[in-house]
Amino acid sequence: MKKTFVNCFLLAALLTGGINAIARGTDSLRVAATVKPDANNAGLTLPQGFGALVVAENLNEPRHIAVTKQGDVYVKLASLQGGKGILWLHDANGDGKADEQKGFGGFKGTGMYVKDGYLYASSDEEVFRYKLDAGDKVINGNAPEKIVTGLLSRHEHEAKAITLDNSGNIYVNIGAYSNACQVKDRTKGSPGMKPCPILDSAGGIWQFKANQPNQTYGTGVRYATGLRNVVGINWNSDANSLFVMQHGRDQLHDLFPTMFDAKQSAELPAECMFQVQKGTNCGWPYVYYDQLQHKKILAPEFGGDGKKTAGEDAVDPVVAFPGHLAPNGLLFYTGSQFPEKYKNGAFIAFHGSWNRAPEPQKGFFVAFVPFKNGKPSGDWEIFADGFAGGTNLSSPGDAKHRPCGLAQGPDGSLYVSDDQGGTIFRIVYGK
Amino acid sequence: MKKIIITTAAFCCLSLYLIARQTQTPEVQESIARGEKVYTLYCLSCHQKSGNGVPHMNPPLVKTSYVTGDIKKLVTWVLKGSTENVEIDGKSYSNNMPAQNYLKDDQIADVLTYVRNSFGNASSAVTAAEVKAIRAKAK
Ligand code: HEC
Repeated sequence: MKKTFVNCFLLAALLTGGINAIARGTDSLRVAATVKPDANNAGLTLPQGFGALVVAENLNEPRHIAVTKQGDVYVKLASLQGGKGILWLHDANGDGKADEQKGFGGFKGTGMYVKDGYLYASSDEEVFRYKLDAGDKVINGNAPEKIVTGLLSRHEHEAKAITLDNSGNIYVNIGAYSNACQVKDRTKGSPGMKPCPILDSAGGIWQFKANQPNQTYGTGVRYATGLRNVVGINWNSDANSLFVMQHGRDQLHDLFPTMFDAKQSAELPAECMFQVQKGTNCGWPYVYYDQLQHKKILAPEFGGDGKKTAGEDAVDPVVAFPGHLAPNGLLFYTGSQFPEKYKNGAFIAFHGSWNRAPEPQKGFFVAFVPFKNGKPSGDWEIFADGFAGGTNLSSPGDAKHRPCGLAQGPDGSLYVSDDQGGTIFRIVYGK
Repeated sequence: MKKIIITTAAFCCLSLYLIARQTQTPEVQESIARGEKVYTLYCLSCHQKSGNGVPHMNPPLVKTSYVTGDIKKLVTWVLKGSTENVEIDGKSYSNNMPAQNYLKDDQIADVLTYVRNSFGNASSAVTAAEVKAIRAKAK
């Protein structure tokens, strides 16, 4: 019966959509028939024609996620669940809801990526990979290969976000263990250190070989520098280039109350999307990007006054968002399920701010930026909202959900993880 | 019946609260009011208006063992700050807390008296004399 149904379906697809549609993904057609958005779109507000469903709930702080060709979801947890730090979620009956769950990997962390037969996962100090079988299932959850070891994790900005390119390299964020590279972190009156010694071993993106065990600082390449902290990181195959989302510096008002009032400090500096090549410098800690003046401004710890420009050796961002929204996920959309406008564009998961207090907090949404030929081709917009479950939040702890990781399913669905409420969402089009 | 219990319980809570309030001398009440200003200026951005902090980053100041516990330990913490990974009631937080030793004795006393009597906390006041003595030893 099932077979006849599938055959009929294939035939229908052949007749209506033609061979092309099938080549693009028979999977998408199968999934399309059985996956339905939740009645309330899982509480999310979406553009016309989109719907959302909850794939899984009550997970322990899911950070980044990866979806396999078969539609299984791997989830990296920041907090162990049953002693395990990675979950495999499977949807056996095809309704889009995970009905099977297995845990493995006894370490907490953020990074999760599937590429060429391996699952890559990071703790706050190391990167591991697990070999996958033909069905993209982990062969032995107890025996990962250690790819990178000994990375600095000093309390602040410890998450090691990862992504891979198409040439066998893995990129790892090593966040700066500091806000603005002051002698004393976040301490009023403490001067900035020039040169900033943190940049030797953190505050940038390091490149390693995806297949070599036990690499460390000595064998890696400092690919990009001057990045305070990056959690959203993705390779853009269209531009053949790495893109990252920086978490901009905090506390301009706390540290320099005579230069910045609380309102300015809530908006500034921009959360930046940078395109980075080998050797790119993004300017931290010496400059920050002011999205209202459209300029790189000298940081006050280094003699700035909110107006003086600097950073001639640093790149400008390709997109500048309002301050403190905390971009935790970046994904370039290559699917065909969503309308043409979304093709090759960037989705960004904003975790939501804390450093806007006493102003209301902002973020807690997934944004979209259209791209053409590897460059932004329009303004950013809010794509999926309503995660927080309310407006005018005074504190991020009050948010119901905080978007963190993004992944694209084989049928072009967009998956969003939430490390506050523990939910995995799936956003679909045309239901 | 259920209603009566709930009403009685609510009444008891309210009167306990009022009694607690009343036992605060005017000096303590003034210290709390001054402390709120210090909090807003120097602590709020990290620990938030509600005192609930920021998940994983900045700990809450709501009924934690530090806030409600030994005054010496609390004052020392605030004077020194922390850049270490310290477990706070079983959880760790990944931001740094700058030393607050630039605050005067009475400011620290006020802010801690405010914190110990806000966000659902109800602990004794901290005095400037206590802060002074603890600061002298902490050096
Ligand atoms: C820059 C952010 C920041 C500021 C400003 C700040 N704190 Fe903290 N505070 C933290 C962090 C982060 C920790 C936990 C540090 C750790 O785990 O090492 C902490 C811990 C504490 C603790 C002990 C743990 C607990 O939750 O009970 C107390 C008490 C405290 N802070 C009070 C204050 C007071 C009072 C002020 C203002 C005078 C203040 N803090 C200003 C970030 C901050």
